[in-house]
Amino acid sequence: MFGLLTLQAFLHGPIETGGQLAVVLGVLAVLGLITYFKRWKWLFGEWITSLDAKKIGIMYIILSIVMLLRGFSDALLLRGQQAVAVGAGSGYLAPDHFAQIFTAHGVIMIFFVAMPFMFGFLNLIVPLQIGARDVAYPFLNSVSFWLTAAGAMLINLSLVIGQFAATGWLAYPPLSELQYSPGVGVDYYIWALQIAGIGTLLSGINFLVTIIKMRAPGMKLMRMPIFVWTALGSMSLVVFAFPILTATLAMLSLDRYLGMHFFTTNLGGNAMLYVNLIWAWGHPEVYILVLPCFGIFSEIVPVFSQKRLFGYVSMVIATMSIVFLSFMVWAHHFFTMGAGADVNAFFGIMTAVISIPTGVKIFNWLFTMFRGRIIFTTPMLWFMGFLVTFTIGGMAGVLLSIPGADFQLHNSLFLVAHFHTMIIGGVLFNFFAGFTYWFPKVFGFKLNERLGTWAFWLWITGFSTAFIPLYVLGIMGATRRLDYVDPLSGWHILFVVAAIGACIIGLAILCQVAQVVVSIRQRNQNRVGNDPWNGRTLEWALPSPPPVYNFAVIPHVRGRDAFWMQKEAAAKGHAPKEPVYEDIEMPKNSLVGFFIAGFSFAFGFGMIWHIWWLAALGIAAIVVTIIARSFNEDIEYTITAAEVAATEHRLSHKTV
Amino acid sequence: MNREHKTNVKELSGDKVIFGLWLYILSDCVLFAALFATYAVQHTQIFGAGSPDQLFSLSNALTETLLLLTSSFTCGLAVLAAYANKKGLTLAALGATLVLGLSFVAMELTEFSKLLSDGHGWQQSAFLSSFFTLVGTHGLHITLGMLWMLVLMVHIYMRGISTGNTRKLLTFSIFWHFLDIIWIFIFTFVYLFGLM
Repeated sequence: MFGLLTLQAFLHGPIETGGQLAVVLGVLAVLGLITYFKRWKWLFGEWITSLDAKKIGIMYIILSIVMLLRGFSDALLLRGQQAVAVGAGSGYLAPDHFAQIFTAHGVIMIFFVAMPFMFGFLNLIVPLQIGARDVAYPFLNSVSFWLTAAGAMLINLSLVIGQFAATGWLAYPPLSELQYSPGVGVDYYIWALQIAGIGTLLSGINFLVTIIKMRAPGMKLMRMPIFVWTALGSMSLVVFAFPILTATLAMLSLDRYLGMHFFTTNLGGNAMLYVNLIWAWGHPEVYILVLPCFGIFSEIVPVFSQKRLFGYVSMVIATMSIVFLSFMVWAHHFFTMGAGADVNAFFGIMTAVISIPTGVKIFNWLFTMFRGRIIFTTPMLWFMGFLVTFTIGGMAGVLLSIPGADFQLHNSLFLVAHFHTMIIGGVLFNFFAGFTYWFPKVFGFKLNERLGTWAFWLWITGFSTAFIPLYVLGIMGATRRLDYVDPLSGWHILFVVAAIGACIIGLAILCQVAQVVVSIRQRNQNRVGNDPWNGRTLEWALPSPPPVYNFAVIPHVRGRDAFWMQKEAAAKGHAPKEPVYEDIEMPKNSLVGFFIAGFSFAFGFGMIWHIWWLAALGIAAIVVTIIARSFNEDIEYTITAAEVAATEHRLSHKTV
Repeated sequence: MNREHKTNVKELSGDKVIFGLWLYILSDCVLFAALFATYAVQHTQIFGAGSPDQLFSLSNALTETLLLLTSSFTCGLAVLAAYANKKGLTLAALGATLVLGLSFVAMELTEFSKLLSDGHGWQQSAFLSSFFTLVGTHGLHITLGMLWMLVLMVHIYMRGISTGNTRKLLTFSIFWHFLDIIWIFIFTFVYLFGLM
């Protein structure tokens, strides 16, 4: 009846029980608060059923922040263990639990922090910047979000029931095969990623169609804001890369469930095939994350330098060459495979070549700042922090691209330091900058600058303290994923320094939480109008927050920096035409996306625990729901021209 | 050709649903590319469990190919019939496509069960794992395509040939032709190369 699921799955050691209780109590607290404040109807009516890209974007970012806290707690546990497990002490984590934590940390940070944060920005900003009322497929958008959320819930469930994979974040075979990982941990990994990955693929298609088909009249490709360009590049990578992940994980599950021999140690299974396939997805994935981040800074730097972006065309070309090159470098993740000098030389050179378009971008931002009147707001501080850390991390990457050097450094803490510099400096700092920059557009008030500045300086200090020692340790020969440090190695002190760094990052995160709380409490002092930063792109032409239909009248775009041109025209005394409103068709709210994700969750849970009837029921329910939805033609409602006029009137006369 | 035809086509050119479907097809191509690459790596890993030239039958694969190609033809007829606004003909052509698809799946399942009963299951070697997965994934697509087709026929039966239904038919036909192309690759690289 319950497959492999027994009471045993709920029983853990003391530290795991802590995590278990944290999840259970957290969920109960949230449910209790919603019930206490009688917010269920509001939650379903306004949020869970919403097909409004802006609301879905906010939900993506909330998901991401919740998972960031989880992933960061994992990081603290790891750093703590490495700081105390030395000499006679073996620390507080058993080896298997330690391995589960570093696996969960990596998986969560990439799939459930960085990806949802990126999709949050795409949902919030792309339609506004291209002058669209919505994404191409609003319903599919809701399905994508809820599938991502279902994947995240599966990972968190592994804290409560059973265990998570102890394989590292890419679950290399043969370790991840049934023979060496007989528990349900790898199955949690597989199904959480499959479900979230399908959501991502659908989002990728959705945004590509949105960007290509739904731009306002006059917004030619070469007039799109750079953020939209980078979103276009990133989403093309999603469409090309995520099916490889789906196929690879499917083959791993066929090995585990049906006894096939893709990656096993016998009968012709080939573990290196998995490693090649997973990195053919995994390397583009890095650029899927980082390209929109480049886009965010390409919006922020011109606005706060009060100049237009330097080298727009070269920025576009650099973005698209990164898209192309990102598929040519995957083998640099395993130069030691034994492919031979010629293959390694090719992949080494291609890797180094990627630093050229990236360098072009860095110089473009610098030249944008050159002779600008720079305003040092927190987004700009994050940009400077990014510039330094990303350049250091990038140079370490160029070093690693040399196969000879990589033979020494691969699998060492030098590598760990490198990719954390890229992903924290290159992705997370961007998100924080974008979060501060677009927050007033989404919520109508600014974030507290003082706490933001504190958060920035604590982050950059903590980050350097945590990761510079890892570069040194890597060169000294420390490998990654050690749960015990030999006192004779002389590494201990550096691990302690790194742990202190992690604690400083903890303070920084506390500052950020405080920043949001304080800003919400003081929101009435910090209300802003349409254009708090003197922006250049179309989102700043709209009220903050924008109405559900975004644009009452679809704008006509005459050049780059469309909103800037409107403002210039207005300054020259060209009064904008009196708007003529028309009826607007918008999609009706729908619970179907939520249900599909719920059934997928049930399917995943059934597969993980071999509860076959539940898995079959889940799949059947998904199919029936989709078919039933296809017969529903009552999926849109009309906002009449009079209602639009009333809303616009109200929004333009709101007291600021 | 009446006016109905013209409005249909005009409304559907540049349609964002059809464009999105093309992108989905692109992503599915990549999925199959991963499976083909795996088959290319693994097809020599026989381990005494039977090699392609011992296990495959050319006449069987050729018949499957002809069934699928014919089903693509009837699917095309269904689209033309919808353009001409002929509901009965559209349904008949789709019905023929369904029958051909069913026969294809039946033949494939027969081949699979014969392999299994002869002791050539997917657990025997990496070659057989990748063979069953590649061909089986295509078969699964065909099966889902037939389910889609059934739903589509109900739509057309209930609501006639509207622009919305023609668009549904068009997206389905693109998917169906795409599966045909994938099969041509399977026929060539798995069966023909395997038997040579």
